[in-house]
Amino acid sequence: MFGDYSLGDLGSIFVMQGFAGLILFSVYVLMALGLAIIFGQMGVINMAHGEFMILGAYVTWMTSSFFQSYLPSLFSGYFFLAMILAFVASGALGMLVEWVLIRHLYKRPLDTLLATWGLSLILQQAYRSVFGAREVGVELPQWMLGSLHVTDSIEVPINGVFVMCLTVLITVGVAYVMYKSRWGRQVRAVVQNRIMAGAVGINTEKVDRYTFGLGCGIAGVAGSAFTMIGSTGPTSGQLYIVDTFLVVVFGGAASLLGTIASAFSISQTQSTLEFFMSGSMAKVLTLLAVVGILMLRPQGLFALKVRK
Amino acid sequence: MTDNRFFNRSELIGILVLAVFLVLVLPLTLDVFRLNLVAKYLTYAFVALGLVVCWGYGGILSLGQGVFFGLGGYCMAMFLKLEASSVANTKIQSTPGIPDFMDWNQITALPLFWKPFSSLTFTIAAIILVPGIFALIIGTAMFKRRVGGTYFAIITQAVAAILTILIVGQQGYTGGINGMTDLRTLKGWDIRPDHAKIVLYFFEVGCLFVCIMIAQFVRHSKLGRILVAMREKEDRVRFSGYSVANFKIFAFCVAAVFAAIGGAMFALNVGFMSPSFVGIVPSIEMVIYTAVGGRLSILGAVYGTLLVNFAKTSLSETFPELWLFGLGGLFIAVVLAFPNGLAGIWGDYVQPRIDGLISSRKPKPEGWTDSSVADGAPAE
Repeated sequence: MFGDYSLGDLGSIFVMQGFAGLILFSVYVLMALGLAIIFGQMGVINMAHGEFMILGAYVTWMTSSFFQSYLPSLFSGYFFLAMILAFVASGALGMLVEWVLIRHLYKRPLDTLLATWGLSLILQQAYRSVFGAREVGVELPQWMLGSLHVTDSIEVPINGVFVMCLTVLITVGVAYVMYKSRWGRQVRAVVQNRIMAGAVGINTEKVDRYTFGLGCGIAGVAGSAFTMIGSTGPTSGQLYIVDTFLVVVFGGAASLLGTIASAFSISQTQSTLEFFMSGSMAKVLTLLAVVGILMLRPQGLFALKVRK
Repeated sequence: MTDNRFFNRSELIGILVLAVFLVLVLPLTLDVFRLNLVAKYLTYAFVALGLVVCWGYGGILSLGQGVFFGLGGYCMAMFLKLEASSVANTKIQSTPGIPDFMDWNQITALPLFWKPFSSLTFTIAAIILVPGIFALIIGTAMFKRRVGGTYFAIITQAVAAILTILIVGQQGYTGGINGMTDLRTLKGWDIRPDHAKIVLYFFEVGCLFVCIMIAQFVRHSKLGRILVAMREKEDRVRFSGYSVANFKIFAFCVAAVFAAIGGAMFALNVGFMSPSFVGIVPSIEMVIYTAVGGRLSILGAVYGTLLVNFAKTSLSETFPELWLFGLGGLFIAVVLAFPNGLAGIWGDYVQPRIDGLISSRKPKPEGWTDSSVADGAPAE
């Protein structure tokens, strides 16, 4: 298997394969962050999370088309506006969904799962009716094309580097909001003890709504970043939803650090294995390993407790 | 008096009505093509029935029933495929005597795990045992560690994803995304002509009633009561000295075996098996059949399956766009407004009126709906 490669080539392959894994890692982290807030903190299983992400992707696509047609001079910077719009759109839809649907179901987590699955079907069909069944791709601005030559044999694509930087920024932002801000303290208080949090004057319903909205908004940003590295179709979100749930569960539901660690290990395992075997077998082995480890250690890597 | 171990009076009437409907009304009114469609729908009813036991009574939501449906279906399909690829039928292949898709994928000998499937006895045993043992392993690993609820749902979903990717990826051994097609005979008896379809339909209905009886027995036995007790207050059952994990594993295995029988029936009645019945999407759709019928109602599961599938066929024939909106809306409506599904509507609105018409002094029959689980309000 290694016979045809020199040692230097092999090193480069591992680095580039590792970098491909890092891009996958970024997508997982961005999706899992939103889910970790919604599932880990609130205990709500949101099967429509992928569709919130795709909403962000479509918003980004629309913004890029708009800039291309009307403001071509500002095209190189459209992405930053698109990201904000994606956050607002997905977040607003999330808050609406929380108000209409989720708040009636907090005590029935399994039913939330079914209801949000129904929601995801409706959203998928809505995307198909509005945007068409074909996948759409955004045109990247000039500065994001091409790749950086680190050494003679190692190249990394610039859009990948950009997505990674974005992931780091968003992760730090979420960590700050959750652990340092007043609002994050309220969220954690409600999670730990809803009744007492209400008794000390926290408006728990409002906190729930904004938490759900924040999680969905981050999913929208994830979708926005996703357009940098892949094309968007009505059902793209569903491809990632199970992986994302596994990332969150594997990391230990309530721990942000665990989510990041598990996203890292899952994505690196998968992309390293992909070099040695077909993509589908790499995925099967990765998922099997995750499920196997979860059977041995159901609380996840970093969890406090999931036993009932 | 009429309340024995299997059913009380209203349940007996319900079962008889269903039997008349499936054995007399449908075969007499539908042509063979439509009857074969009903046979296809009824294969899902097995899965829905299993989910009533496992989800309705046991409170364990499995989102991976497609896995067991697929395992059962593939076991059956492997037997039929081997019979269809006899040396005489496949002499144009470069290696005669192996299934066509293996030949296309440059496999020259029958893989080892395929060999026993040339025996019908082994196949029938495998249809029950393979999914049963698989469920036993998953169930033991999860429930012994007290993992339940949403975590269990996610893990079963991941298992469904893994199996689909595996089947699609290993096309030389499994037929890949197209699945196993062109199944022809069962022990020399052609399963494709119209009269065979009718025979298979009645055979399937027979099996369905056996499963209904098993479910009724589980429900009325002490076992069923423990399952319900466990669903409502798991800790109290555990403190009373019962092994909660074992009961959960049992319920999960029963559901898995029911689903596998359904899958085997599917391969027989429809004549092919493919990974599109294994993955996450079909598995969740199977849950909605149970939810629409009423997760506590054994007969409701059958009616729910038939209703949703009829709606799906007729809606997607005429308005393909609307179907997904309809299905999505159904999920939300069932959860928000009708947590006990059709059976709940029947028990709350229709049954009391019928009783009122028949006699005013008879007490409200109980078997049709237990209590509203979803609100957690105990009836007793």
